[in-house]
Amino acid sequence: MGLNSPIPARPSAAHLRLLKRLSEAVGIPGSESEVRKIIRAHIEPFADELRTDAMGNLLVIRKGPGRRRLRVMLAAHMDEVGFMVISVGSEGELKFETVGGLDPRQLLGKPVWVGKDRLPGVIGGKPVHLATREELKQTVKVESMAIDIGVSKKETAEGKVEAGAGATFATPFRRIRGMVRGKALDDRMGVAILAELLEHPPEGIELQAAFTVQEEVGLRGARIAAHALNPEVAIVLDCTPARDLPAWDGEENTQYNAKLGLGPAIYVADARTLAHPGMLRHLVHTAESSGIPYQIRQPGGGGTDAGAIHLTREGIPSISVSVPARYIHTACSIATVSDWRNTVRLVHAAVSGLSVSVLGR
Amino acid sequence: MLVLLKALIQLPGLSGYEGPVQRRMRAEWEPLSDEVRVGRIGSLYATMRGSGQEPRKSVMLAAHMDAIGLMASELVDGFIRAAPIGGLDARVLPGQPVIVHGRRDLPGIVVQPPMHILPEDLRRKPIPLKYLLVDVGLPNPARVVRPGDLISFAQPPTELGEDVLSGHSLDNRASLVAITECLRELGRREHGWDVLAVATVQEEETFAGAYAAGFELKPSVAVAVDVTWARGPELPEHKTFPLGKGPTNGWGPNMHPGIYSALEAAAKRVEIPLTREVLPANCGTDAFALQIAGEGLPTGLISIPLKYMHTPVEVVSLKDVRRTGRLLAEFVAGLDADFMDTLSWD
Repeated sequence: MGLNSPIPARPSAAHLRLLKRLSEAVGIPGSESEVRKIIRAHIEPFADELRTDAMGNLLVIRKGPGRRRLRVMLAAHMDEVGFMVISVGSEGELKFETVGGLDPRQLLGKPVWVGKDRLPGVIGGKPVHLATREELKQTVKVESMAIDIGVSKKETAEGKVEAGAGATFATPFRRIRGMVRGKALDDRMGVAILAELLEHPPEGIELQAAFTVQEEVGLRGARIAAHALNPEVAIVLDCTPARDLPAWDGEENTQYNAKLGLGPAIYVADARTLAHPGMLRHLVHTAESSGIPYQIRQPGGGGTDAGAIHLTREGIPSISVSVPARYIHTACSIATVSDWRNTVRLVHAAVSGLSVSVLGR
Repeated sequence: MLVLLKALIQLPGLSGYEGPVQRRMRAEWEPLSDEVRVGRIGSLYATMRGSGQEPRKSVMLAAHMDAIGLMASELVDGFIRAAPIGGLDARVLPGQPVIVHGRRDLPGIVVQPPMHILPEDLRRKPIPLKYLLVDVGLPNPARVVRPGDLISFAQPPTELGEDVLSGHSLDNRASLVAITECLRELGRREHGWDVLAVATVQEEETFAGAYAAGFELKPSVAVAVDVTWARGPELPEHKTFPLGKGPTNGWGPNMHPGIYSALEAAAKRVEIPLTREVLPANCGTDAFALQIAGEGLPTGLISIPLKYMHTPVEVVSLKDVRRTGRLLAEFVAGLDADFMDTLSWD
């Protein structure tokens, strides 16, 4: 990357603040409103067109001068995995179900925010003194858990929370040296990157930014967003798990998916998408010629909005680029500032002047 | 009161390393008492003299100030393995924010490694502590962290609905606040006996602080103040007590029936609901040790109901904490010169 890149290597205070607000926003699938409001307020000055569609996707166009420009869709999903209140119990406890892929072993003993008013609550756990030896060996089922909002009567709880309210982990965002730590970095990280790219749009293309809904429950928003925007090429900005921990038995961990700190993770294949080979070549070439670190995400399971986008209309050449983060889909994920910044730089450089010629196979 | 409790639960002070809490409690108790000192193994002793004639009798009010947590046991490829301090259910650990107290304090998270690098038979099972890791986000924490360094919970306190606080280490910092409330009230009212407010060490491990305090201070009687299991979903009713409905009065072989009755009478006088908590053997609190400290002490036990004990989101009713303070003050004020003569097992 030349010195003249408009993308700073260090995050500005404003971008860190934006990432913090996004990470702490409560937005389970179907209830992305808080995230949408934050983004909308932030990017409105940079948008040529802006609309919220039938599902709640926020679609933003930044045209740039000139006539026939390649329509490039960049997508990041606003929703996060979380909880939905199913009913209020007789002692004011909130029974809930998980929404999106959440391991029940990650839930006990966590503070949560419930509903639009972010009512504080906690998912308690049985006192260890009262658990039998046999119980300690069993995973507690979500059906046995409840959110405690500190009231003891059903009526009191019902005055504060309705069945159907969304809830998420209540994790304050923090920057710790070269790391950022918080909930929902999957995919508020991608959302923050996309917002920054709207501020500093890559040149020579028409930028179609889609802040999508309901990715975590089946890539649903991206499908209609891609249909409406009708792009010629799409890049999905997401967060991929860095499973780069040491194995329990000292064996080498060869299935790490992606590693923290090695740069943006470029997708070749996941369970939902084969990346467009032209785009793959182009991203790798851009990274190498600009001196931006990158890694290939290990091919395997998982899926991003690209899984829906590339199947839309007559087919849309698509690829995903993710910021690696440890412990996504838990109360607290960790990503590095350098991977974040290098992802913005890579996507900006790769999309600037992107032409139809790279889309050959 | 809320300010103090919130401050206390944000201090580390794991068993054996209670320093931060001891210093804070010292600052809190110094203006409320006549003399404050630290015992040989680290418990804090505050004396508030009574108005009775010398030699005066004395009553000890003891709450432990140590908390459960973790200790670094091994460093593996940039991650830390940990051992428990106190009774912990590993099932609440994945995803918990912690502070690793190395050469400097490092914020970290307890993490559950991905399944492909864990033993096959744990696929849907809880992951035992020995397989969990602490991530401090440093490539080489060995320069800052050594085995034996303490790891304390860092979940911030949360105020909930109706006068309720959630956080870690409310067991037993809530009781320290109750004793502080008691001292505050006794500062405004007549009491014949000396009051010995004690913040003990190492209750969660060996009761060392209570044994030593009972021996060093030789009070006439002692009351331990601790927390007990509050009622909640899927818990046995007969072993749990409703949150916000007042403290419990321990009954069983560790507790002297005369102290029990005096506490019960005090509760009646100030109309505080006090439930009998039957503890048929080891009550698992400082009362267990105080009873056999030195030549033995007539001991009582008052407990504040607490939900989700030994998790980082314990929940306590502030009303119960205030009531406990008032009850203790009333009990102390009611101790007269003849009380010891009336104290009997029969």
